[in-house]
Amino acid sequence: MKGIAVTGMGIISAIGRDIEETHLSLKYGKNGISFPEILPTKHKDLPVGEIKLSNSELSELLNLPEDHSYTRAALLGIYAIKELLENSAYDQFPEDTGFISGTSIGGIDMTEKHFYDYKNNPEKRKYIQAQHPGYTTEKIAEYFGLNGMITTISTACSSSANAIMMGAQMIESGKLMRVIVGGSDCLTKFTLNGFNSLKILSTKNSRPFDNARDGLNLGEAAGYLMLEAEDCINGKTVLGRVSGYGNANDAFHQTASSENGEGAFQAISKALKKANLSTTDIDFINAHGTGTKNNDLSESVALKRIFGDKVPYFSSTKGFTGHTLGAAGAVEAIFSLLAIQKGEMFPNLNFSTEMLETGLGPVTGFQKKNINTMLSNSFGFGGNCTSLIFQRNE
Amino acid sequence: MSKIYINGISSVSPQSEDIFEEENPLVYKENTLTALDQDYKSIINSMMLRRMSKAVKMGLYCSKKALLEAEVEIPDAILVGTGQGCMQDTEKFMTNMLESEEGLLSPTSFIQSTHNTVGGQIALDLKCKGYNMTFTQNSVSFESALLDAILQMEDESTQNILVGGVDETSQEFTGFQRLDAQIKKENISNLDLYKSESSGTIISESAAFFSLAPEKKASSYAEFKDVEIINSIEISGLNSKIELFLKRNNTSVSEIDAVILGRNGDARFDHYYEELQNGMFLAKCQLGFKHLVGENNAVSSYAFWLASKILKEKQIPEIFKLNTLNCSAPGKVLIYNQYLGRNHGLILLQSL
Repeated sequence: MKGIAVTGMGIISAIGRDIEETHLSLKYGKNGISFPEILPTKHKDLPVGEIKLSNSELSELLNLPEDHSYTRAALLGIYAIKELLENSAYDQFPEDTGFISGTSIGGIDMTEKHFYDYKNNPEKRKYIQAQHPGYTTEKIAEYFGLNGMITTISTACSSSANAIMMGAQMIESGKLMRVIVGGSDCLTKFTLNGFNSLKILSTKNSRPFDNARDGLNLGEAAGYLMLEAEDCINGKTVLGRVSGYGNANDAFHQTASSENGEGAFQAISKALKKANLSTTDIDFINAHGTGTKNNDLSESVALKRIFGDKVPYFSSTKGFTGHTLGAAGAVEAIFSLLAIQKGEMFPNLNFSTEMLETGLGPVTGFQKKNINTMLSNSFGFGGNCTSLIFQRNE
Repeated sequence: MSKIYINGISSVSPQSEDIFEEENPLVYKENTLTALDQDYKSIINSMMLRRMSKAVKMGLYCSKKALLEAEVEIPDAILVGTGQGCMQDTEKFMTNMLESEEGLLSPTSFIQSTHNTVGGQIALDLKCKGYNMTFTQNSVSFESALLDAILQMEDESTQNILVGGVDETSQEFTGFQRLDAQIKKENISNLDLYKSESSGTIISESAAFFSLAPEKKASSYAEFKDVEIINSIEISGLNSKIELFLKRNNTSVSEIDAVILGRNGDARFDHYYEELQNGMFLAKCQLGFKHLVGENNAVSSYAFWLASKILKEKQIPEIFKLNTLNCSAPGKVLIYNQYLGRNHGLILLQSL
């Protein structure tokens, strides 16, 4: 059997609080973009993919004590993994389950909230350690009683795609039998203001790959997959397989992507090679497609370099969820697995005109299509480019 | 599976890299230890240097030195462990944002605030388009990078891997660590760290990078055998965990010559180390390093540097010793580290 089996998944984002709701939103083109209501920001005019549950509402749904010290990313992560667990064959995760989580900013929501409190308010000091990403991962692990191999990857917007890749490698090498992989990132003032200072946030709903695209919308989400070795499957439903992965660095600029999309080109090439597939085997691509001028052009150029005149069907789902940063790779891995399972292509929202430079047009409406092989791209600051290939379980 | 040799090493810390040759270590009287300044200009473009935070400077400097020593131009993979990432730029952007109440902000510090800035800047400087990964899991950030090094080495086309750990301090954020008892309340001298009976430790900044390869060279330092990450464990379970780890590597406690322990003078959590010092490693040469270079999330990379040096030079400077036992021909060295009773790491190295 080719590739590593995915035997479970769980998700929460602006378009749904579980797999089913998420799927329906994708199918019926229902986006989750709104103005910030939960995030206490001044920028109420910047559209975001916000999950309309406050931290206290999330805590209540998770039956947590009032004095807990979970970050928002931890609350979202737990919420998503609870769904994964409920749909798995386990009452609780076995002791030897590994956990690799991706996040770009971890618990910095707590730092920005309590920065001025720490000095005089000892009660808030429990959040001092929360700033660092490993803390959020540990809190999630603690909730589920995971004690073993636990780590966090932080490579900006490719974090959770890298977590999936590392998890697959851990199983391939026999170091783990079972691993929960994915990522969680919440909206913060830090990231919203950061992206705003870079002038790459759109004041409208983002338009990935459109000629008139003018920036991205930030989002928040958590998405996790269970990867298991063949010996653990025992008749469980296999949702799909991670059969290829590739990671490369653009080595061009700290935040901008190169004009020739070199990093993306390398990542996709490596993923195809790993999966032992040719370009014509790819049925559908979940593109990174953030909606910024720079990313979408660079990615389009990379796609043309790889696929030539025969670029497969592709779409960016950022128009649904916003760009969920470190969680995006896992969120879109789940969308990819849904596409394979259901035989459906989810649309690239808000697209009207091909960009002049490449003339590439994404899938703009919901379509049924038999999909055996999906490519999913995740690129990030620091030149980090990761591509994953998912295949139907044969 | 191929073997993994350590062919180049470099560290920046509150102590000189010549500590094996120098008689007297540097003494600090405050509980935050900054890394010693280096001749960064000698190998980093001065235009670039001006914009770099300490973590990026230290990381890039050590990377280039380690690669130079191993005679590697461009590695196939760059793996970085950093528990707290680029805190100085994060702090700068955070305070600007909070003080201006989300006003007009310069993006520079935001751009440089992401945890993968060090890895990205190394790639940019080396023009290295290969695999690039950043781990940020508290005190096992470097161990995570080492684990990934083993995974990447399984690919037969991998010739060279650059792996390292780096963490910096910053004014406010490091200051917060004083408020939640991570840093000792009373100022102590670093050399008195192990006499301290209070909570907390001394916090520092450091970087150490290594050039790893499946090919042994005449100048190689040691062989990196294995690494293990344990997020949470009771003290009572530690012995059997270590025994299993050694067994998996076809060795046992009796074959270990020296053990490097991450004791940091925190009375709340040092009993993890004491358990081993008075138990399974009682008759072994025991070493400490945090009384010299302090504590930070990536400081186990300094222990890896120390083990590499010891195994190559076949000597253990007195200043590192926690007990009076000698070890004339160190062959196998185990590193054990944890922080605040969580994120335990085991690393095994062997002489050539």
